[in-house]
Amino acid sequence: MKVALFISCYVNELYPDVAMASLELLEGYGIEVEYPLAQTCCGQPLVNNGDLKGACQAEAHFANVFKGYDYIVAPSGSCVAHIKKYATKASKLDPNYVAVAVKTYEIIEFLQEVLNVTRLPKAVSFPHTVSIHQSCHGLRALHHAMPSELQLPYHSRLASILTLVDGIVVKTPERVDECCGFGGTFCMDEPAVSVAMGQDRVAQHQATGATYIVGADSSCLMHMGAIAKAQNTPMRARHIVEILTGRGE
Amino acid sequence: MHDDDIKHPQAAAEFLQDRPHARWHDSAVWWVRKKRDAQAEKLPEWEQLRALADQIKAHTLSRLDEYLAEFANKAKSNGVTVHFAQDAQEHNTIVHGILAAAHVKKLVKSKSMLTEECGLNPYLEARGIEVIDTDLGERIVQLRHERPSHIVMPAIHLKKEQIGELFEKEMGTEHGNSDPTYLTHAARANLREHFLTADAGMTGVNFAIAETGGVVVCTNEGNADLGVSLPPIHISSMGIEKIIPKMEHLGIFTRLLARSAIGSPITTYTSHFHQARQGGEMHIVIVDNGRSAILGSSEFRKSLQCIRCGACMNTCPVYRRSSGMSYSYIIPGPIGSTLGPSRDIKKHASMAFACTTCGSCSNVCPVKINLHEQLVGQRAKAFDANAVPRLKKWAIQTAGFMMKHPALFDFAGKVQRTIIPIVPEALLKNSAWHKYGRATPDMPKDSFKDIMRKRVQGDKK
Repeated sequence: MKVALFISCYVNELYPDVAMASLELLEGYGIEVEYPLAQTCCGQPLVNNGDLKGACQAEAHFANVFKGYDYIVAPSGSCVAHIKKYATKASKLDPNYVAVAVKTYEIIEFLQEVLNVTRLPKAVSFPHTVSIHQSCHGLRALHHAMPSELQLPYHSRLASILTLVDGIVVKTPERVDECCGFGGTFCMDEPAVSVAMGQDRVAQHQATGATYIVGADSSCLMHMGAIAKAQNTPMRARHIVEILTGRGE
Repeated sequence: MHDDDIKHPQAAAEFLQDRPHARWHDSAVWWVRKKRDAQAEKLPEWEQLRALADQIKAHTLSRLDEYLAEFANKAKSNGVTVHFAQDAQEHNTIVHGILAAAHVKKLVKSKSMLTEECGLNPYLEARGIEVIDTDLGERIVQLRHERPSHIVMPAIHLKKEQIGELFEKEMGTEHGNSDPTYLTHAARANLREHFLTADAGMTGVNFAIAETGGVVVCTNEGNADLGVSLPPIHISSMGIEKIIPKMEHLGIFTRLLARSAIGSPITTYTSHFHQARQGGEMHIVIVDNGRSAILGSSEFRKSLQCIRCGACMNTCPVYRRSSGMSYSYIIPGPIGSTLGPSRDIKKHASMAFACTTCGSCSNVCPVKINLHEQLVGQRAKAFDANAVPRLKKWAIQTAGFMMKHPALFDFAGKVQRTIIPIVPEALLKNSAWHKYGRATPDMPKDSFKDIMRKRVQGDKK
């Protein structure tokens, strides 16, 4: 199995530990992982801001870099949602792009759906209370959990894989899956609303008694982490792969 | 009144200045979302109902001309006068024509966002006709010379104390009394007077049934029924998209509507109107006003499936924190943010960006409109029409260029990581990131790619 690691732009620049944990996690299961150095961005910020021409070119670059792998795995629900669901119409009609997109997985989804893992590569203990943050795209585009609006059977990918960690206590905040307010460039276009949403969300996570917010998108975690830091609260935000590899402390 | 110059980020920031009030607004509206959830959970067939409603509406829109003709013919054979209006101006002219012919001095009105859309009140008032909105929330915003901030709860942006003050000024209620029951009784007595003295009554339409030529109006206050039953003239205004094919389809929509709107199993009154009362007149005005243009767009057509329940507003985290007053179009929130830009992208571009694309609106929508996807589609229109700030457009295009050129892309990232930590806090504190309470994230020295590149080079040595 030849797997390529796709590291989204902000994870690459700001959260190399998350990328390293992803690599370690995949390699821990004995997978041969490549990290193509020519990779840039999936194009999501361009589509979100209406630049379809630019996005289409970024998507073509993505498809070109990642062609020829059995799977493409990324520690970001939002980017994977873009690649699989929200790419430009032109890319969705391009067989080269589609061939890559169908083989792209969010990392937790990959571990559960493709590898069917029942244990972690090495035993990990995290004796803390964590509150799960369901990032919107992972939730509603990739169905990481049952979205609260829909009347479908309950499931939660993040909660179920976290049961493999020793000593962890997993909580769910009130308003189980409300958006944190990051929203890509929304956080800069609408800073007042964005921060108000983030402050409310951090407070809801805190109210569970957790000291860590855990999610599968570094962007949402960065936003909530920056708010918690500005408020001098002890709350910290961690990507789930950091917890699963014992890098959460 | 309605201000086309509203830019959402500024208006929202203004609303959020009174944080306790904004918090109250958020929890009041969220409470309705929770009531909706409780009702939806009780129906095991909820998702099936949504799927059916979606299919019926999509089907109807695909043959709208046929169903409209069937409806109009049937209504005419029931003795109703049917009018077609191309736009808001024509709608207002028709309504005024009906009222002027009967020397109407006072019109009582209920349940009609469409008349708000057409600007009917000022049009009639300028021609000497008194217009009284009779939904309690609508009446409140009418007295305040505001527009509704929500399509189902028009005065949800106001607290009861503000309404107490308003009623004291307008109806002479007791000073300082803001007890909701007391205020409701005062409003009811005041409105009863208007119902009894009105010469004509007007309502919107929730559903128009092609098979029967009848219209259905759903209310909780009973005001629509009073308004059209007491005076001799009854006018119903409806958008062309309100049609459903048959009576047997109605139950699907009425089961979804009230549960989605306010979390109750059914509206208190679901009234069917087929013909004028004895000795009276009934008119139906069927309005296009930009809808057929939306019908012609494969990307945005689905927005015409809307049954105006307002669930998308209640679930929208941006709407709840910014209020309906911060949107430039008459219909706020997710549905308004696609309808407004469909009408005029330059005026309403900021609405398409007032969204984190969380997607909750699309999931909550009883007729499955892909709202969050439509808003992203509207952004592309805004980008192409130069309805986004020029500097932003340049930045986006530059980022896009770098995405094709990995070396440049990585260099730009490195520049940011190097510069931000050494910028003095004083310079950062007014940036969009920091201004409202976000700290600078810790910047690592090396990007992941830097680390991997070193590793590859190390392997080669």
